[in-house]
Amino acid sequence: MSYVVGACGGPNKPFCKKEGFVHCSLRTSSLTIIVLHIFFRRLGSILSEKARLNMEVFVARSRLTLIFSLFALFSLSSSSLSSSTTELQILTAERRIDLASHIIRVVLTLKVQNDGTSAASDVLLAFPPAQAKHLALIQAAEVAGKKRKKSLHPLDVKPSNHADGPNGAKFYSISLRNPLGTGGSVSIDVSYVLTQSLEPFPVEIRQSEPQLVLYRDSALILSPYEIKQQTTVIRTPSTKVESFTRVEPSTQLRTELKYGPYEDQPSFSYSPILVHFENNNPFAVVEELVREIEISHWGSLQVTEHYTLVHNGARHKGGFSRVEYQSRPTISGVASFKHLLVKLPPRVHSVYYRDNIGNISTSHLRTGYSKSELEIEPRYPLLGGWKATFVIGYGIPLEDVLFESDDGKRYLNFSFGCPIAETLVNKITNKVVLPEGSKNPSVVVPFSVERRAETSYSYLDIVGRPVVVLEKENVVPEHNVLFQVYYDFHPMSMLAEPLMLTSVFFFLFVAALAYIHMDISIRK
Amino acid sequence: MAVPVDNLTKPTPPSSTLRFAFGNVIAFFILLLIGVLAFSIRLFSVIKYESVIHEFDPYFNYRVTQFLTKNGIYDFWNWFDDRTWYPLGRVIGGTVYPGLTLTAGTIWEVLQSLNIPLSVETVCVFTAPVFSAFAAWATYLLTKEVKGTGAGLTAAVLLAMVPSYISRSVAGSYDNEAVAIFALIFTFYLYIKTLNTGSLFYATLNSIAYFYMVCSWGGYTFIINLIPMHVLLCIVTGRYSSRLYIAYAPLVVLGTLLAALVPVVGFNAVMTSEHFASFLVFIVIHVVALAYYIKGILSPKMFKVAATLVVSVGLVVCCAVVAILLAVVASSPTKGWSGRSLSLLDPTYASKYIPIIASVSEHQPPTWPSYFMDLNVLAFLVPAGIIACFAPLSDASSFVILYLVMSVYFSGVMVRLMLVLAPAACIMSGIALSEAFDVFTRSIKFYISNLSEFLQTDAGDTLPGNNVSPQNEVLKNEKKEDTLKERPSRKNKKKEKENIEKPSVKSKTEKRPLVLPVEASFFALFLTVLLGGFYVVHSVWAAAEAYSAPSIVLTSHSHDGLHVFDDFREAYAWLSHNTEVDDKVASWWDYGYQTTAMANRTVIVDNNTWNNTHIATVGTAMSSPEKAAWEIFNSLDVKYVLVVFGGLVGYPSDDINKFLWMVRIGGGVFPHIKEPDYLRDGQYRIDSQATPTMLNSLMYKLSYFRFVETDGGKGYDRVRRTEIGKKYFKLTHFEEVFTTHHWMVRIYKLKPQKNRIRGKTKKSKSKTSSTTPRSGTVKKNPWH
Repeated sequence: MSYVVGACGGPNKPFCKKEGFVHCSLRTSSLTIIVLHIFFRRLGSILSEKARLNMEVFVARSRLTLIFSLFALFSLSSSSLSSSTTELQILTAERRIDLASHIIRVVLTLKVQNDGTSAASDVLLAFPPAQAKHLALIQAAEVAGKKRKKSLHPLDVKPSNHADGPNGAKFYSISLRNPLGTGGSVSIDVSYVLTQSLEPFPVEIRQSEPQLVLYRDSALILSPYEIKQQTTVIRTPSTKVESFTRVEPSTQLRTELKYGPYEDQPSFSYSPILVHFENNNPFAVVEELVREIEISHWGSLQVTEHYTLVHNGARHKGGFSRVEYQSRPTISGVASFKHLLVKLPPRVHSVYYRDNIGNISTSHLRTGYSKSELEIEPRYPLLGGWKATFVIGYGIPLEDVLFESDDGKRYLNFSFGCPIAETLVNKITNKVVLPEGSKNPSVVVPFSVERRAETSYSYLDIVGRPVVVLEKENVVPEHNVLFQVYYDFHPMSMLAEPLMLTSVFFFLFVAALAYIHMDISIRK
Repeated sequence: MAVPVDNLTKPTPPSSTLRFAFGNVIAFFILLLIGVLAFSIRLFSVIKYESVIHEFDPYFNYRVTQFLTKNGIYDFWNWFDDRTWYPLGRVIGGTVYPGLTLTAGTIWEVLQSLNIPLSVETVCVFTAPVFSAFAAWATYLLTKEVKGTGAGLTAAVLLAMVPSYISRSVAGSYDNEAVAIFALIFTFYLYIKTLNTGSLFYATLNSIAYFYMVCSWGGYTFIINLIPMHVLLCIVTGRYSSRLYIAYAPLVVLGTLLAALVPVVGFNAVMTSEHFASFLVFIVIHVVALAYYIKGILSPKMFKVAATLVVSVGLVVCCAVVAILLAVVASSPTKGWSGRSLSLLDPTYASKYIPIIASVSEHQPPTWPSYFMDLNVLAFLVPAGIIACFAPLSDASSFVILYLVMSVYFSGVMVRLMLVLAPAACIMSGIALSEAFDVFTRSIKFYISNLSEFLQTDAGDTLPGNNVSPQNEVLKNEKKEDTLKERPSRKNKKKEKENIEKPSVKSKTEKRPLVLPVEASFFALFLTVLLGGFYVVHSVWAAAEAYSAPSIVLTSHSHDGLHVFDDFREAYAWLSHNTEVDDKVASWWDYGYQTTAMANRTVIVDNNTWNNTHIATVGTAMSSPEKAAWEIFNSLDVKYVLVVFGGLVGYPSDDINKFLWMVRIGGGVFPHIKEPDYLRDGQYRIDSQATPTMLNSLMYKLSYFRFVETDGGKGYDRVRRTEIGKKYFKLTHFEEVFTTHHWMVRIYKLKPQKNRIRGKTKKSKSKTSSTTPRSGTVKKNPWH
């Protein structure tokens, strides 16, 4: 169903033109329905210690990934397009969109049923191109068992190599654990994160004005399958919703907008909606984050993080009055932000917070057994469009992060993303500087990253230190998971520099000795 | 270094050579510790605050160093800086003393080549402490040449922590003086060394050291005037020798040539009056050398005839030369003297004629307490040192005395030159303390040896060698020291040697009665140590409390802990991140260097006050009413105006307190700004009694805009301790765009022009008459 065809009287708002998701219903043949069940993890709350505990899970998961991808490869080669023509059907779909911060988290609960004759191994998800561009992370899990004994099995999700759908819809395919037989159903939880999808409107605000943003989506879930029953719930940060597109039945209940339930929607149905609401949460975006993680086998891991922070919300216009900002904090500059919370590993030491003109004195550090928290303030409050750059550096005892694997290799086990809470990073560059003399670095990261190799020189280095550079764009707090860098290292390399120094001094003294005992005067 | 020297002296008993070798090792370690002390006492600023560049001028030096390390030396020489003195710009390569920058740049390069990843900033911060250690060692060398090792070590310790020098060389105080004081002392040392040895090698080194000094600081003129003065003194007192000639002539020739290589000096090395004295003395020394030569080859009678002949002819020639010189000097407008040099000769010159020099606090004459603050006990020890230098008077000690006298005079003229006095005071005090210790310990030794003699005779012990030895050793010591001093002279001329040896022999005989009673010596020793203790305590206090504040971060202690006022950097960081790269920022010139270095924005005027008119323009704008100011700023393409305001937190050196200087400097060039307009009955006030001109000036408005809302309608200024005069007003041509947390820096943006004209188009026709006076105000704008 779509507003063009007019099967359902979807409101044809002028905003929709921009997205212009004109539907084409391809097939209305009955699809096999596989019921997916939803797996929802509160990803924002991944803490480092939890992540450390989960390390093994990730290792296991990465192996699983391999198996699954192989599996997926086979299945795809066997039925390249047939999987989309596999007659799947979504029995129920529930979507919850959380618009509380500038990072949009969506949880999709699907129940998929296979109505076709052949077994289905993949389930496809479709995204409009605008969303696909801003999709930072997507995860899926199969829900097994009933309510009491729910267990989640993570599934592999990757961009599908199918041709794009109508109007450039992008597909992601979920590889099921076991191919879904005819008549079988499965519950899948999908959670994904969208960034930069809130558009400030008005684009420029004064200091005393609140920040209003637009969110565009569809009331109907875009899917290559027919959906029997679906609902969409949008949670806004406050009750202040200026307007929202009504697609009956749609209701507003305090901070929740509910679209649906809609029955029997054909595949690729689309009904654009627009939510205009107040969102004064900090739109903290790190344009570029360069992290240098330097391993010293003398007992410390030194991390230096260079931030370029920007307030990405509605741009500030007009003057900035300090007297208003200080005397009326609830009205004035509500969309601005002052504090940022940096979550650091426990036992962190020698923390500093500075920029290129010196130390920034407004920070507090709380260290604890499970985590350390650094509360920082930029030099000035960040209003819309204002920028700030700063550097955070800290040291961690090496035994917390560096381990020796069974095959004698050493590996660093460290968190990937940005440690600042609720912050989007446009581009992150992790530079792992291995000690001089280490060889054969290899990396295990649970998601795709760009990898380069460099060499850096520091403190009396001669051959240089190998640097593993990992780059990724569009990083959200959910990417704060552990990654591993394996390398070979011989402990004797540690002694190279002290030996060099001592020998230099030795030869210096010998030369001095020789000079004193030599008579090099011309006249006797 | 001193070891081979000792070995060269005449064969001494093995025990005493061992003792001297041991003494040299101790001296070496003491020197090492002095270096560590000099370095570490200057780290209070890093420990208490942070490793950051201090004050104003260091920021410029830091910026230049950054440029040098980034672009290399050739780009540095050709650097035309378009981010300052907009729209004029400034040729940096030709107007800075490059010594400091090149030094730090070289250190950084060396560290980089060793792969030691220190930032340019770190190198700059620690350059001054490192060079203080060098300066202490140079002081040791200089004083050792004058009065021996003991005095050298004492002087080095004193210099390592003299507050006056600490004030200019704490970590982060990245200024020319930090390096220049080392260069100054080292040049003097090499001069004395050449004077003592007559070695051309040292003379060449001396020229190179002088070249380094010229590179580093404008104070090099002090050297090039002091040394000729000393040469003249030596000649007048009949101390001319070939060593003096070797010490002086190569310095003038080589030194002047090398000095002319420095772009900022260039032909000034031969063209300005500051250097004429050296050339004059250069001629004199040649005449004297010729006279001595002729005296040597002629019989005394013939010489007398020749002398009368030469003197009569010479007088005529001299008159002619002097006349030509005077004509040349008189033809130049400032009589060949730069403003700062003139104010040295006539302390009242600057305040009379150049407000921009007088407006800087460090160019004011010092007060008496500042002598005590900066020199402490040294001020009392100096006279004793002078006396010690007269007994016996040598070439070297006469130089030190002359140095002291001259630097005392200059320090009396300008607070900043206290820095030149400090090494002289340290050397003198070092000599005094060392001599005093010498006398006291000798008395005590004498007493102990007498006592042991007495005891031994009492006990009937038979060890005659023992009782003689301490006394003998003391004597030997003295002898040794004397021979040490004489050694160079013996090498050169026996005549000289006899001359010097005579007084030294005399002094030896005189030293006998100088033995004091033992109680008195103990007591005096105790008092001297106490004096030294006071000095140490004071110096450490000065280093920790008085001179370590970086001035860009302010702290205050209150009942609820430490408060940090980091407003300057807050403002600069805001400017650098939230304005366009090419925006021009106008502020009073004090903040120019910091704005270019920290905010990387173009400024109109900065601390290099080379163009008085330009500064006067900004001063005029600040003291004009809003509209006229807007026009001036707009014509200068200014987008932001930055003012420093301390009224909320009580920061006294803000722009309102500097405002009268803006009025004076502005009024000096643009006469429509009159100082009396801003004063009520000769009093500077901002309360309700203030003049309307004052209350309508841009500076007042920008400082106090909406200030009254902070304390509920009173508008109490904590610096001036009064309620402000005009409380509620609006800005029509400026818009507040940023104010820091404690209101110390306020940044305003010039409103665009069209906003004013809109809606007035109808009136403009009818008000043609009113626009004509406006054009009159436009005329006042110096840029039209």
